[in-house]
Amino acid sequence: MTTGHDTRLDSFNDTGLDPFNTKGGRPEDPDMTATDQRADEPVLDPAAREGAELPTERTVIFDVEELNVYYGDFRAVRDASLKVHKNEITAFIGPSGCGKTTLLRCFNRMNDLIETARVTGSLRYHGVDLYHPKVDSVEVRRQIGMVFQKPNPFPKSIWANVAYGPRVAGLAKKGPAMDDIVENSLRKAALWDEVKDRLDENALGLSGGQQQRLCIARAIATDPDVLLMDEPCSALDPIATTRIEELMHGLKDDYSIVIVTHNMQQAARVSDRTAFFSVEVNPESDTRTGILVEYDSTQKMFSNPADERTENYVTGRFG
Amino acid sequence: MNEAGSAELSIEALSGSPRRVRRERIISRAMFCTAFVSVVVSALIIYALFAEAWIFMRDVDWSATWGQIGWFPRRGIYDMPTLLVASLWTTAIAMVVAAPLGMGAAIYLSEYARPSHRAFFKPILEILAGIPSVVLGFFALLWLAPNVVAHIGGEGGRGSMLAAGIGVGILTIPLVASISEDAMAAVPKSLREASAGLGARRAVTTLRVVLPAAVSGLVASLIVAVSRALGETMVVFMAGGAADAAIKTYSPYDGSLTMPAAMASLASGTDQVVGEGLTFQSLFFVGLVLFMLTLGLNLIGDRFVARVREQY
Amino acid sequence: MALTTIGTAARQGATAFTRQRRDFAGGLFKAVILLSLIVSLAVLAVLIVDTVADGWAQLSTRAWDFLNGSLRSRSIDDKLGVKQGLYGSLWIGIIVAASAFPVGVGAAVYLEEYAPKSRWSSIIELVIRNLAGVPSVVYGLLGLFLFVERSTIFGFLGLGWLADATGGRSVLSAGLTLAVLVLPIVIITAQEAVRAVPTGLKEGAYGLGATKSEMVRTQILPYAAPGILTGTLLAMSRAIGEAAPLILVGAISGGLTRNPDVWDTSGLREKFTALPIIIVEWVSERGRDPGFATAAAAAIVVLLVLVLLMNMTAILLRNRFEKKRG
Repeated sequence: MTTGHDTRLDSFNDTGLDPFNTKGGRPEDPDMTATDQRADEPVLDPAAREGAELPTERTVIFDVEELNVYYGDFRAVRDASLKVHKNEITAFIGPSGCGKTTLLRCFNRMNDLIETARVTGSLRYHGVDLYHPKVDSVEVRRQIGMVFQKPNPFPKSIWANVAYGPRVAGLAKKGPAMDDIVENSLRKAALWDEVKDRLDENALGLSGGQQQRLCIARAIATDPDVLLMDEPCSALDPIATTRIEELMHGLKDDYSIVIVTHNMQQAARVSDRTAFFSVEVNPESDTRTGILVEYDSTQKMFSNPADERTENYVTGRFG
Repeated sequence: MNEAGSAELSIEALSGSPRRVRRERIISRAMFCTAFVSVVVSALIIYALFAEAWIFMRDVDWSATWGQIGWFPRRGIYDMPTLLVASLWTTAIAMVVAAPLGMGAAIYLSEYARPSHRAFFKPILEILAGIPSVVLGFFALLWLAPNVVAHIGGEGGRGSMLAAGIGVGILTIPLVASISEDAMAAVPKSLREASAGLGARRAVTTLRVVLPAAVSGLVASLIVAVSRALGETMVVFMAGGAADAAIKTYSPYDGSLTMPAAMASLASGTDQVVGEGLTFQSLFFVGLVLFMLTLGLNLIGDRFVARVREQY
Repeated sequence: MALTTIGTAARQGATAFTRQRRDFAGGLFKAVILLSLIVSLAVLAVLIVDTVADGWAQLSTRAWDFLNGSLRSRSIDDKLGVKQGLYGSLWIGIIVAASAFPVGVGAAVYLEEYAPKSRWSSIIELVIRNLAGVPSVVYGLLGLFLFVERSTIFGFLGLGWLADATGGRSVLSAGLTLAVLVLPIVIITAQEAVRAVPTGLKEGAYGLGATKSEMVRTQILPYAAPGILTGTLLAMSRAIGEAAPLILVGAISGGLTRNPDVWDTSGLREKFTALPIIIVEWVSERGRDPGFATAAAAAIVVLLVLVLLMNMTAILLRNRFEKKRG
């Protein structure tokens, strides 16, 4: 147990990021300073962290209640309930097959592309039921951007990649207005300085990390409200991963971010809240259903989880 | 959107522009129509065949379709066995040519050829597949007849079912080769490695492991090739040794008409399909028989191909 | 030559036999299958060499006149040539490309991207696969029925006007018939090309709020273009080489009075011929006038150049893009 804690802390410190400084500097929060001080301490006392909760009065972006996702007869996610808050980074963690990506793909109706996929329960986005028959999935995706597991730039120029979203959304056509959007998006994605002289070159010529940042730039070019990130760093090396994580910290001032990761340290480093998913094996059909085990502030999840399964997972005993 | 702090959105904000939704629906319908063309074409083929063949079947004196001296449609004699025997002969001869050559080529390309050899031979086989059948007809009549058929008991100076059959066979080699090769490519590498790991030589692995595993694909290649050979028109029309009519014969050294060749000869030569009362309709009757036969074979072949896919 | 080869093989076989029997069997097996490949290719070589040799008398002395000449009753005629056939064949190719290409690509995109994976779409797919196996002569019957004869039964379906629109036995009828014939080929090759588009590109476009049609236009079509083009080229070359359906829809081999220029569209709704039909006609005329055998061979060379150029372009195009994309 203790060893597990130490290892975890080492990796926190390696990145130079403070995993528990999660509130983006809200001085009115009395727990803030206390947390900061404790973060540098090598020994974690779970009891000492109690009360270090995140404020709950923040605007709720997604309100998920009793959500079930089915692929045909197979239930991939069972009874998930959670709230995603504005200008926070929410991480979904858990072993593979636990339904975290499936749930993420409900948030921008990407699951619509899978014919057999079916959703029951309630998923509200700013109070609107996303699966209401009047809701148009294309419109949803214009407001909720997505970054995928494998960098997937289009085989076009860097400029055309970033301009793609604004163009299909009719925000701008070729010209100075679009050039501005492209530049701003690339700046926000911390890629502008690297590519400003070669915007006409094919995006496939970029490195993997650059490609992923281009995909982030592409996603924020449509000025979305939320960014969904599906294991955005799993195909990248550690240095590129660090850059993306730094970038996410900068982005959460403007966007709300939901990130799926199976890298626990990453969740601890970047997120404000963490949802832990696990797998339930149905003995009679031998299928695996994902269940939401626990959802809380990241700090609590990693220091003093309420559920034993979460504790086993974050300490590396399982998964 | 970001700066808007208010939590509630209206459903209209996510409904999408009605124009765009409508445009997408129109495009989707148009796409469906293009796909539906194939169904319409199939229905029209079946309708056309049945509509005219029905008149033939209703009005024909059925004794004229069986046990006659041959196929003389312009004189009202429609002896079907004449055409069926000729079709059987040319198809059988074609398979004798195409099955070993096509499968041999496929085995070589799939199991033996180095990548560089493959890259060289494969396109050439594809070119062979693209040779128009009139060219094969010409070749069968003016080269195969004097240079091959004349040496195996036939006459070199004219067409025959034998010459036409060899020509059709050459035409179907690439078909057999490509379906067989696909079937062998679908056999997992692990099977070959397991066999090689037990010390089996490549020939043994091929004969005892790969070919048995690929057998449904190989059968499919033969079935599809038989269907193709049955439907081949021009080679038999040009090199089959019979023009407008054919006397019934059981010897492949003679000339005769297969079903499609009989159809082509009925339609050619004159400006209109003319002759005795039901000549035009007989065209469709023969077409219907041919269609049913090839359709049946293709459906069976399809089953075998699907089985290959299911297995691996 | 052949005997010595067999002799050597036998001697090598004998020594191998004493050392390792199975090696000999394996070697023999390999030799047999290699032989079958070589025989297949040798046939192709003989075919091409023999045809070119046969047609050389025409091609070497009057190639240009031959390309510009017309159908004649005697083979020794300064004006004998294939221009009428070229006219028919080229226009058939154009009509096929113009009609089968949009319909075929539309159908392929529909089946891969739009169609719900239901019973209905699997029926369409089955229909397409079976259409691909229908003998070409049967398509000729369809063309005869649909575009040529003003049959009473078809008039009943309300489609009699088609025969008026095409002009009956015309290049237009032939082109449309062959377009129907190659449609399954275009659809199947285009489907393969569409299927090969990486999911990442599609999801990327959808994730940015592209509609389905925008995704198809900006991702699928550009990516699948080489594959679709390959399929269309193969389909065109197939159409240009087909003869049987043309005989059924009434391509004629004599009595053509006009010899229109290639871009003279006034000939499209008139009596017509095509290269393969000219070849068939001249082959059958050779009994009366043996010089027509040479003319037929020369016409085959012209046809082969057209067809093989298209095929090779298609194959090269495909191989190049396959390599490029790994």
